[in-house]
Amino acid sequence: MLLNMGPHHPATHGVLNFVVETDGEVLSRAVPEVGYLHRGIEKIAEKVGYTGFMPYTDRIDYCAAMFPNQGWAMAVERLLGLQVPRRAEYLRVIATELCRIASHFIAVGSMAMDIGAYTPFLFLIRERETFNDLMEYLCGARLTFNYVWIGGVSRDFHPGLDKKICAWLDKLEPIIDEFDRLISFNPIYIDRLVNVAVLSRQDVIGHGLVGPNLRASGVDFDLRRDVPYSVYPELKFKVPVGRGPFGVEGDCYARYYARIEEMRESIQLLRQAIAGLPEGEHRARVPRKIKPPPGECYARIESARGEMSYYLISDGTELPYRVHVRTGSFSAMSIIEHASPGLMIADLVALIASLDVVAPEVDR
Amino acid sequence: MPSWWWLLIEVLVKVVLVLVPLLTVAALLTWDERKQSALMQDRLGPNRANIGPFTLWGLIHPIADTLKLFFKEDIVPDRADKLLHALAPILALAPSLIVYCVIPFGPAVQIPGIGRPIALQVADLDAGLLFIFAISSLAVFGVALAGWASNNKFSLLGALRASAQMFSYEIVLGLAAVGVIVVFGSVRMSELVARQATPLWGGLPSWGILVQPLGFVLFMVAALAELKRSPFDVPEGESEIVAGFWTEYSGMRWGMFYVAEFVEVSVLSGLLVALFFGGYHIPGVDPGWALTGHTVAIPFTSHGLAIAGWGWGLLMMLAFGLKVIVGDVVLQQIRWTFPRFRYDQVMSLGWKMLLPLALLNVLVTGAIVIR
Amino acid sequence: MLVPYAGVALMIAVAIALAAVFLLGSIYLGPRAPNPVKSEPWECGTVSVGSVRRRFSVRFYLIALLFVVFDVEIVFLFPWAVLARELGWAGFSAMAVFVAVLGLGLAYVWKRGALEWE
Repeated sequence: MLLNMGPHHPATHGVLNFVVETDGEVLSRAVPEVGYLHRGIEKIAEKVGYTGFMPYTDRIDYCAAMFPNQGWAMAVERLLGLQVPRRAEYLRVIATELCRIASHFIAVGSMAMDIGAYTPFLFLIRERETFNDLMEYLCGARLTFNYVWIGGVSRDFHPGLDKKICAWLDKLEPIIDEFDRLISFNPIYIDRLVNVAVLSRQDVIGHGLVGPNLRASGVDFDLRRDVPYSVYPELKFKVPVGRGPFGVEGDCYARYYARIEEMRESIQLLRQAIAGLPEGEHRARVPRKIKPPPGECYARIESARGEMSYYLISDGTELPYRVHVRTGSFSAMSIIEHASPGLMIADLVALIASLDVVAPEVDR
Repeated sequence: MPSWWWLLIEVLVKVVLVLVPLLTVAALLTWDERKQSALMQDRLGPNRANIGPFTLWGLIHPIADTLKLFFKEDIVPDRADKLLHALAPILALAPSLIVYCVIPFGPAVQIPGIGRPIALQVADLDAGLLFIFAISSLAVFGVALAGWASNNKFSLLGALRASAQMFSYEIVLGLAAVGVIVVFGSVRMSELVARQATPLWGGLPSWGILVQPLGFVLFMVAALAELKRSPFDVPEGESEIVAGFWTEYSGMRWGMFYVAEFVEVSVLSGLLVALFFGGYHIPGVDPGWALTGHTVAIPFTSHGLAIAGWGWGLLMMLAFGLKVIVGDVVLQQIRWTFPRFRYDQVMSLGWKMLLPLALLNVLVTGAIVIR
Repeated sequence: MLVPYAGVALMIAVAIALAAVFLLGSIYLGPRAPNPVKSEPWECGTVSVGSVRRRFSVRFYLIALLFVVFDVEIVFLFPWAVLARELGWAGFSAMAVFVAVLGLGLAYVWKRGALEWE
């Protein structure tokens, strides 16, 4: 039986399509179809110029819009040879790590929802509401931030915001522990995820998986540590690798729990960054008309969904010659066909959720 | 008037006495489901439907929903089997209502002006429990037909899952009930309830949950699976097969499945109360008082409060209703707490865990009772 | 003897009548504006490929088959359950043998992998 799961399917959270071949329960194949949310963002970049493209990058990943902002800013700065003030770098780290936590809220929350528990999802959405308020203080927007600008960030800290963030972080740690007790250690939940859709190291490297999906399969690679950028070398943090408290390396539970652990690490990172925030300018002096010299550059950052990279070619005019964005969700989609044979329909849902695929990031 | 005429009136009154509260509670449960989940999830829940300035904590929503469902377009897909598509919701709703006719909602009661005692039960069948199993297993036809007739892949998958699941757990349900039957030695519902009044030790009544704890757990789990409610909601698992067998239903046809689900919650709750929580019994109150009337002493005074037989009957009816509603609320709480099993896990739980346990329970219970 | 069944008959009649009223009410009260797209079977917004009525996993039949076997055998337990006290140990031992055979059957089915879902 050939079954279309998507584009309007409750488990796809957006518009993805999986053409599923099944005999009733067990899948013989699930083929992902991408392109339902393609907006030609890369082409738009060639028309709107370097500064003008920044708000569009928000739309690449609306669950964590700070990351595409930062990636684009880094690519352009690299081409311009621009030095970003240290305060701006710290502010970027604070903003992106907050985003990482909020994005993982959606990832683990919607995963619980896909497994059939709706309450934990709203539990985290409540916290995300506070995050949205903090972001409003930071940059005035709640979803698409446009905060990281070329050469720095759009504005400095609102007075007292550091205290607000710290207060939220203090509240957050017990909440993550509580979330563990609420759903992560629930026996049904564990049964549903442990040993399901195990991806080996060869699989994940071969299909180009990145971020938590890669690390959950035991590959110890994090751009923040291994290809350092921004001020990450000055901050101490652990990179969670391998299996979670249950299950084996590379199963759905490992991918799920990697995100929970990353939230904890991000909280530590944020505390250090807020404590070590230096004084100074929040934006470098940037020419009004950005005209990078002809050339090309590649900028990679570790987003909530793993490596996000911008490849940028400039021909010396005010408009980029070519922009390419590489995102974690896109490569994550590619492994689904490989991993799906033999899974059950419910497992496929768990697999998609555990890969944390965000539809606009897939298609751009 | 001939006596059979009176009998008919008596039965009719009792049918109304069962169905009206049952459907009212079902409507209230749709409200409770939303309000209780909202409470658990730190939300407000329904509060918008209003009559003038009154919103009544969202209690108007069930009425508004019913009206809306009646006036919605009744869509039947082109390639669907029209007759079966219409028959399925009837087959889903009717059995769940019929089951309640053998559950006693009160003791035999003496009503002034009527010479003989009136049993507060629509039909006191000698094979009551078997009748319940027979009728409740009809519900699977409604589900299977709905999925088959819709001509939709998701519906078909939902129907297959539902039938296999309901079949599997019916066995466990039956075996769990065997334990209760062994203890109380009857399949007549009125006797099953009446025998729970006999004191166990230490003043505790011999309620089913105390004499059959394992049987209770088995029955509860199996019944949850029969109801297709979380954590066993795989046949309508939203994130997997969208809405399962409901997918092609709209308007009041869909509403009938929806109402049937909540009626079934009350039926399960009523069954649990009747088999395991002493039915209409109030600890310390003799069901016989409903026939004779009784005077209770008011503490710290020398006065007594005389309550007539019908008063006690009413009181015990209320006790039954209250127990059922508490059961409903607990079942709702379960619904919003657990994630969903995977389909094969549902099957292996039923066949590999509950079935052997249920067989064991029957043997152990038998051995203890005969000793 | 048959008097209680009057209640059952009445209840069945009322329940079916009620369900029919729901159904007919929906049919006559609701608007009706069919169009070809609306009447398509819903499949996540795409056109359904292939027929619905075709072969599906044999596991479902196996479960149905097992159900018939076990459910019929459980019916035999009910008469004993009602009279367990009166029948005493003689009845119990007979029933224990019966349940043991039932358990053996379950073990066999289990061993043969009919309960696995792969």
